[in-house]
Amino acid sequence: MSYLQLIDLHRDFGTTKALDGIEISLGQGEFLSLLGPSGCGKTTALRLVAGFDRPDKGSIIVDGKDVTRVSPSKRDMGMVFQAYSLFPNMTAEQNVEFGLKIRGRKRADRQKRVEELMELVGLGHAGKRYPHQLSGGMQQRVALARALAIEPRVLLLDEPLSALDAKVRVQLREEIRRIQLELGITTLYVTHDQEEALAVSDHVAVMWSGRIEQMATPAVMYNSPATPFVAEFIGTMNRLEATVVDGTSGEVDHRGARMTVPAAQGLTRGERVLVLVRPETLEVAPVDGGSSANGGLVGDIVAHTFLGATTRLKMLGEDVELIADIPTARVEALPIGTRVVAHVPLEGVRLLSLADADAAPASAASDPGDQ
Amino acid sequence: MAPSAYVWLLIGTAYFFIPLLATFLFSLKSNQTGKCCTLASYTWVIHNGQFWHTLKISFLLSLETIAISLLIFVPTVYWVHLKMPRLRPVIAFFALIPFVVPPIVLVVGLLKFFKGSPDWFYAQPWGFLAAAYVILAFPYMFFSLDAGFRAIDVHTLTEASQSLGASWPVTLVKVILPNIRAAALAGSFLALAIVMGEFTIANLAAFHTFPLFLQYVNETQAYPAAALTLMSFGITWAAMASLLVFGRRRGGRGTAIVGAR
Amino acid sequence: MTVPFFAYITLFLFLPAGSVLVGAFKSKDESWTLDNIRLLFHEPYVSAYRTSIEVSGVTALIGGFVGLAIAYAAIRDGTPRWIRSGLSTFSGVAANFGGIPLAFAFIATLGTIGVVTQFLQKQLHINIYENGFTLFSKTGVEIVYLYFQLPLMILVVSPAIDGLKREWREAASNLGASSWQFWRYVGLPYLMPSILGAVILLFGNAFAAYATAYSLTSGAVNLVPVLIGAYYSGNVLDNPHLAQALAFGMFVVLAAMMVIYIPLNRRATRWAK
Repeated sequence: MSYLQLIDLHRDFGTTKALDGIEISLGQGEFLSLLGPSGCGKTTALRLVAGFDRPDKGSIIVDGKDVTRVSPSKRDMGMVFQAYSLFPNMTAEQNVEFGLKIRGRKRADRQKRVEELMELVGLGHAGKRYPHQLSGGMQQRVALARALAIEPRVLLLDEPLSALDAKVRVQLREEIRRIQLELGITTLYVTHDQEEALAVSDHVAVMWSGRIEQMATPAVMYNSPATPFVAEFIGTMNRLEATVVDGTSGEVDHRGARMTVPAAQGLTRGERVLVLVRPETLEVAPVDGGSSANGGLVGDIVAHTFLGATTRLKMLGEDVELIADIPTARVEALPIGTRVVAHVPLEGVRLLSLADADAAPASAASDPGDQ
Repeated sequence: MAPSAYVWLLIGTAYFFIPLLATFLFSLKSNQTGKCCTLASYTWVIHNGQFWHTLKISFLLSLETIAISLLIFVPTVYWVHLKMPRLRPVIAFFALIPFVVPPIVLVVGLLKFFKGSPDWFYAQPWGFLAAAYVILAFPYMFFSLDAGFRAIDVHTLTEASQSLGASWPVTLVKVILPNIRAAALAGSFLALAIVMGEFTIANLAAFHTFPLFLQYVNETQAYPAAALTLMSFGITWAAMASLLVFGRRRGGRGTAIVGAR
Repeated sequence: MTVPFFAYITLFLFLPAGSVLVGAFKSKDESWTLDNIRLLFHEPYVSAYRTSIEVSGVTALIGGFVGLAIAYAAIRDGTPRWIRSGLSTFSGVAANFGGIPLAFAFIATLGTIGVVTQFLQKQLHINIYENGFTLFSKTGVEIVYLYFQLPLMILVVSPAIDGLKREWREAASNLGASSWQFWRYVGLPYLMPSILGAVILLFGNAFAAYATAYSLTSGAVNLVPVLIGAYYSGNVLDNPHLAQALAFGMFVVLAAMMVIYIPLNRRATRWAK
């Protein structure tokens, strides 16, 4: 049963199509992240749901009622902004009780609710402080408490963690999720950090250029990206452009190297495809004696990037460029300059047809995680 | 755009432009018929000897004021920024004093204090009036120059210059001055606007400057007065526009309130 | 290098100002007296102060309110950027357009044969002068003073309005507040120190003004600066110390304004990020 629905939303700014037909359906208590790079339209969509902007076409339904023309102050939604949204002339507690005050709740009720919420976000002791006396993380907790105080039907968050330090970000995102699950509140979350989205959401919608590229659970999105853009955006992915050589066996040709990919079975010879391989699934071994070069991609290790438990290897060969993640313990055996062969595993490799032209970033493998 | 925004902006626009428009229409009326449309008032102004005479006096006065101001204030602000930064708040406080001692009060004091002084000072605009105008320009000069000096690295420039063998005056003129040129120009345009518009002190001290000529025409010739008013407004515009142009570059102060009131 | 500066300031600002303050307490025979000050509390001087304070107060409050509204209208979200820069530029010029030319501009507009006066008479058959209005009065002075008070307010209060984050307005709306509730609980409290400071500035500005009132009314309206000026044209006062006492009175009022303004100005930045 859908609780929050976005139906065919369109929004243009001059000649730019910020939203080009967005359809989203959220069940009650569900946590959906809108994920995408800057300019993809995710914040525009959120602001339409909040009521700060009106769509050119389409509608927004909450709990069966059309709220598209309703003013933001009457939509009964709670919003957490990216930064600066706490009222500077009020203490944290006064900020949290603001929505209740507007609704005319009695002082005793307000006090009680404010206390509850401040405890919920872990700031029971800091209620009397002013925003400029609070750290960024604490401010956002107060903002969350303030949005939740009015028991909104929907919780909206606009990149609430972007302005915070990395460690605080991880901590806070888990708390947001915990609180959301505890209260069972329908939540729409906007972020450009794919790790964040995957970590806390029930569903993720990847957006680009005003359209939804794919909407799925985090696991599905990670393992089976539906388009090259999504493959590029989520996690790190090796993208190998290949041509089908034999549709029966599933053999494909990538710049001269031959690989067998089960997913290519059934395709016609000559069809152009994109082979997607996660770095952590590549098997990398030094080339000795030349024989094991069969069916694999050969190159030299040109760089190590230490990532903690894993180390990222960059391999370059003739027409071959790959990224492989291996346990750090094995790195010693594969110093820079070693000639290695990387085997593409049979399982876990995805294939995308290159029939539709796409303008996703051109590099064969890259790490969109550092934005 | 919010409807209330339209309303207020409309009110503002109307209030500000109607008097200017009215003055313009007024200036086109002819002396004979009292109706539109002739440029006679403008030609009257341009052919009036007193117009040019007083304009010249006021303009020269402003140049003199600017020169004296720069001569006194530039080294002062330079020195404060370089050697005595703690003095800066003191001087900034002094710069607020002309607000508490406005022209009408200042002129009373000046006339009393300098009563017995020699004629070459007391009876000449180049003496008495210029001296007073430097005081009037002081806050604006100071804040402009101050901003300009803050925008450059005074210490490094000075040390570099001295290590190359330059003496203080040379450093000041050849190194520092070119770098605060925008700020100095900004302050100068403000001073220009002040002097060209200053009426109070000139009136009470009985010097015949351009604003006094304006007042005289106001009292005697209605339509040319309108033409003059617009020309005067044009001068203010020009000064402020130059200020914006030069002030937007390094070291300038945006805008300030300087005119006669 | 700073000696010329201090010498100059002392000679042309402090000493003359000081001599006024001192002279206020002296009588014609150079003995100390409070007579001049006492006289200030009598007619016509006390009503001059009253009128000056009233005119300054009225133009400060109206200029403050209207200036705030106009500045906010130009700066808020939704208004095109060019309106804001245009207003800023124009305010910079208009704030300096005062004194003699301004007075005449209004005479040309609302004087007895002013363009607007005649328009109302001929097109709408309303004769404002017959209905008791005259430009050459206290009210007229107030109308004209607004011409430089409004831009001054706009210039002074715009930076504070800039600090009003759009997120606050949106958050308030999101939490259910109406426009009025936003202003009451968030907007005005935040802006209040800046607004008060600006209004005080406006007050001082009007209080000290001379040229406009003089030119507009030829000294008919009883304002303190005009009264001081009258002494020097030999019309009213014959005691120089009285003129100095009047100036001293002005100084006291203005100094009181500064004393209130400076801490207010500091407080205005208290909540700024």
